[in-house]
Amino acid sequence: MKADIVIIGGGISGTSIAYNLAKQGMKNICVFDDNYMTGGATGRCGAGVRQQWGTKMNCLMAKKSIEFFEQAQDELKYHRDIEFKQRGYLIVAVTEEEEKKFKENVSLQNSLGIPSQFLSKEEALKIVPHLNEDAFLSATYCPTDGHLNPFLMTDAYYHAAKRLGVTFHYYEKVLDIIVENNQIKQVITDKRTVETNKVVNAAGGYAKEVGNLAGVEIPVYSENHQILVTEPIEPMQDPMVISFTENIYCQQVPHGAFIMGRSPSNPEHNHDISSSWQFLDEMAKTATKLLPPLKDLRVIRQWGGSYNCSPDRQPIISESALPGFYLACGFSGHGFMFAPMTGLLLSEIILNKPTTIDITDLHVNRFENMEDTEYETSVV
Amino acid sequence: MKKEDVILCRCEDVTLKQLHDCFDEGYTTFEEVKRILRIGMGPCQASTCSLLVQREIAKYTKQPLDKVKTHVIRPLITGVPLGSIAKEAKDES
Repeated sequence: MKADIVIIGGGISGTSIAYNLAKQGMKNICVFDDNYMTGGATGRCGAGVRQQWGTKMNCLMAKKSIEFFEQAQDELKYHRDIEFKQRGYLIVAVTEEEEKKFKENVSLQNSLGIPSQFLSKEEALKIVPHLNEDAFLSATYCPTDGHLNPFLMTDAYYHAAKRLGVTFHYYEKVLDIIVENNQIKQVITDKRTVETNKVVNAAGGYAKEVGNLAGVEIPVYSENHQILVTEPIEPMQDPMVISFTENIYCQQVPHGAFIMGRSPSNPEHNHDISSSWQFLDEMAKTATKLLPPLKDLRVIRQWGGSYNCSPDRQPIISESALPGFYLACGFSGHGFMFAPMTGLLLSEIILNKPTTIDITDLHVNRFENMEDTEYETSVV
Repeated sequence: MKKEDVILCRCEDVTLKQLHDCFDEGYTTFEEVKRILRIGMGPCQASTCSLLVQREIAKYTKQPLDKVKTHVIRPLITGVPLGSIAKEAKDES
């Protein structure tokens, strides 16, 4: 079998890249994934999409991705509702230091056209009245941030890409990438050998291992981040509420359930995606402190998933030192919300076109001189 | 009885017709239909629909029942209020 390009990973990034390549006319695109669709990081994410970031690149990636989500239903002609709801993100400041940083973030966001604003405690309480007023100082808010269904968004890309001729092979694991004289020759899976010169690494939590198959060292690692979901109730909270200091993000999804997550305290770098009682304890304490009425909600399920972290918590979107080996990884927990731009930008790089925004700063070679990179602190 | 009137998942109101439509789209495992339809994601965590879905998948894919996987069981075993968990939480910090 021959392919013009092989994409490893059929989650949100892989399907978006496949769709964008096919839309621009590329043929013989083949996607492999060793699991069911959204069995990896995509299907385990918190389903939020936001533009309130602390670095320019993350702001731009997010803003343009939201613009895509706003018309994704029409462009992809999807037969189900992708459940995109723009009910905002409210990020509360708990310390004065945080407050100062958030004001800088809002200036940066506004300068890039993101309609975020700094809110007093009173203004924030009008948007989320059940916030514990003693637990925060002020907040930032962006009304066009929101929620999107990760499974259905991926399925929407998948169907649209398939109509454009992309072939998908789920439950098929890539075992090796054969490289000769610094050129990709073959991709070997557990079912076939594919002749190809181009490979995209969109393997999410396993991006490092897929890099190793091609002999390309990528400075990323994976860590387990956990989430829980409650029973559904009538709508009572419009925006996603985040606190970096308290370590929580929490939203009520359109379906009615509350989804919430937090970062582990001393995460090991591995592929663990198990659930722990420690997470449950800490999550429950934080949620009931910041949002007291949630105490009556029953937790019905918890799960874990991999953040694939880069050294500066910004994505890696570029070709690698191996010609024809392209990277879309290191999203550090935010690959879902950036996926439209990931697909567009990487497809432009692959097709040798000028990129829609300058993404020199997302090149993998930026880590050779870490002093030059900007670190994203607005991460839960 | 019409397929659209048969409820398989009582938590999320998923009908037999929706399940069969999903099969026709190519999604024939529990994990896939769960993610598309929310089947098994409600308060009972698939304790009601699991075996019904398993039987439908077996019929559609013409496999013996015991070859069809059901859902991954995740904690918690039963719903517990956040307030109760917070109250009993050990202070690990």
